[in-house]
Amino acid sequence: MSSTFLGMPATPPRSPYGTGNLRGDRKFPKAAHDELRNEQLRRNLGRATRTIRAKRLAVTAELPDWEALRDAGSAIKTETMNRLPELLEQLERNVTERGGTVHWARDGVEANEIVTRLVKATGSSDVIKVKSMATQEIGLNEHLESAGITPYETDLAELIVQLAHDKPSHILVPAIHRNRDEIRQIFLKEIPGVDPRLDNVPAHLAAAARAYLREKFMTTKVAVSGANFGIAETGTLAVVESEGNGRMCLTMPDTLITVMGIEKVLPRYQDLEVFLQLLPRSSTGERMNPYTSMWTGVTPGDGPQDFHLVLLDNGRTAALADRIGREALNCIRCSACLNVCPVYERAGGHAYGSTYPGPIGAVLTPQLAGMHAAKNDPNSSLPYASSLCGACFDACPVKIDIPSLLVELRHQNTEQSGATAEKLAMKAAATVMRHPKFFTAAQKGAGIGRVIGGRDGTISHLPPPFEGWSASRDTAVPPKQTFRSWLASDEGTATMRAAADEHAKNRKTTEEEK
Amino acid sequence: MRIGLFATCLGDTLFPEAVKSTAVLLARLGHDVVFPPEQTCCGQMHVNTGYQREPVPLVRNFADQFGDASIEAVVMPSGSCAGSVRHQHEIVAERYGDAALRAGVATVKAKTYELSELLVDVLDVEDVGAYFPHRVTYHPTCHSLRMLRVGDKPLKLLRAVDSIDLVELPEAESCCGFGGTFAVKNAETSTAILQDKMRNIASTGADVCTAGDSSCLMHIGGGLSRIRSGTRTLHLAQILSATRTSPYAPTEAVR
Repeated sequence: MSSTFLGMPATPPRSPYGTGNLRGDRKFPKAAHDELRNEQLRRNLGRATRTIRAKRLAVTAELPDWEALRDAGSAIKTETMNRLPELLEQLERNVTERGGTVHWARDGVEANEIVTRLVKATGSSDVIKVKSMATQEIGLNEHLESAGITPYETDLAELIVQLAHDKPSHILVPAIHRNRDEIRQIFLKEIPGVDPRLDNVPAHLAAAARAYLREKFMTTKVAVSGANFGIAETGTLAVVESEGNGRMCLTMPDTLITVMGIEKVLPRYQDLEVFLQLLPRSSTGERMNPYTSMWTGVTPGDGPQDFHLVLLDNGRTAALADRIGREALNCIRCSACLNVCPVYERAGGHAYGSTYPGPIGAVLTPQLAGMHAAKNDPNSSLPYASSLCGACFDACPVKIDIPSLLVELRHQNTEQSGATAEKLAMKAAATVMRHPKFFTAAQKGAGIGRVIGGRDGTISHLPPPFEGWSASRDTAVPPKQTFRSWLASDEGTATMRAAADEHAKNRKTTEEEK
Repeated sequence: MRIGLFATCLGDTLFPEAVKSTAVLLARLGHDVVFPPEQTCCGQMHVNTGYQREPVPLVRNFADQFGDASIEAVVMPSGSCAGSVRHQHEIVAERYGDAALRAGVATVKAKTYELSELLVDVLDVEDVGAYFPHRVTYHPTCHSLRMLRVGDKPLKLLRAVDSIDLVELPEAESCCGFGGTFAVKNAETSTAILQDKMRNIASTGADVCTAGDSSCLMHIGGGLSRIRSGTRTLHLAQILSATRTSPYAPTEAVR
């Protein structure tokens, strides 16, 4: 009998190792160690996240159907992921029919090459950019620069980050880690021809950026954007923003290139009704964002006459292949989970090492780029960068159960990690705990802890891996008696009997009173 | 009611006073407290750290110990352990268990309660006859608040305590930074979160910070002890079990 080997079903590829911005250079605890010492960052983050939290709660509480909207958002996104291939083909058909060109990019490398080729074809050496997570994710700016093309970020905070040769630390507020004095210094150093008397008044700083950008808007022929939504039914793309820079980029140049993650597609135009309510309220805490730009292909004589849509996979199909993890693809990048996260609030966005920080980043990044692409992959630490407090789940406008996804990814990590000291310890602990006799013996062993306690009955120094714990917390010495030995003791029996008698006595008194 | 008491491995071994208080309180309210002697641990630490094969025997043991139909309800003085039984055991059973385990897990899950849930929802009592003449602030632990949704049940119980001076904790719903092995793996971030929690506790001027979970209290109390804050932590059960005839008397060092 002959047999033909058809090959193993391949796992869809993740974002290629060493490309883009989906991996830091060190693990979260190490990165957080440095960030936690940045007092400016701690203060800015604390103030900013507290303000946005309060605003979000106010504008979500005023809607009587907020929970129903969240359910609708979740349902539409789940439907989208279940029908992703057909919706993307429908989107492609409609964009093409309306005069646009659709390109498919398997990963960031391909997307960068496509965009660079398209820009070069226009003859322009400059592009203006609308704030976009997808192009940040693939490192488009760096790639364009290496090809001799200068990208100009036009969102104020992105501009600050770009001028400072820095990286964004928040999905919505990329320069959240900077204060106005720092911004003044950056502008004085980096904006050509800026007034040297520029002070740190926010309105003056904004005016300086505006004057600089206005010239770019008026002269640059090519724009690159992301997309918040792509409507399969009509081929319409949508960008929501606050500053009007997006509207400029989307309408003034001759050529528009939009890079969109494939999960951003929505089935119907009417679905915008749900998301245009969910997104601004969750994101900036506003009822409505100031600018909503929508365009469908090319409109002769109005706006860019050459429109390209680059559909980016870069690990999304790999995430989609995960029964549980795929829920992370429902994210609409509002950043509400960052603002409520106790870990993000202290450690800041840079500690995550990825374009996507915070709770959603901790579940999205490892799925897009993998957790074990190299030895000691920093991404393997991301699912652990959470106390599992659950505030993110409550804040998420599309109800992504981030805590459960974190626990799932932790499981995937331990399954892929082979034999580690931690796994052996966990096995040993489970072995002890499955046998009540071993457990009782181990409890007695814990009593040894009484010996290392100080005179006040506390332990102030513990050996690794618990030294970080004991650096800021005292630990009480184990008590003389466990609960179970107390319960079995004469004292325990007498106490429980006395409590029951007290009930009987009280009941008798109550009945007599009646 | 015949109530099965799950001491939790942490409560049994390190914080027995909270478990004793739970047992005494329920007996004083006229209930039959049973303690299945072979019980050990719910496996929460394993699952939360990423281990789902290892805790299968623990999940099975829990279902075996408390599955008996004569046990009408299962109670534990821990929001996170109750959360583990109600939300994580089925994940483990589904993935690595058999049909019997899945059935056993479903049976115990349906009758498992955290202490305040049992008192308010099942036993329909808010005034448990407690007496506690101290200034107290309440920290709603994350798993009680957001996983079990106990809401203001613990506060209802505390408000009914005789002579208590209950003060609201600012930013109460923020995490204390414990998170199980998170406090070991990310000790510095955990400490940064704890510092803000301790500052809020200090601002209340409370003698006692209480909560429904010994694990979070171990973390908060350990921090308060280190800075010699003068505020101590105490499990909710210990306040509810204190009466005029047997008032609370501090016996432990940190907790």
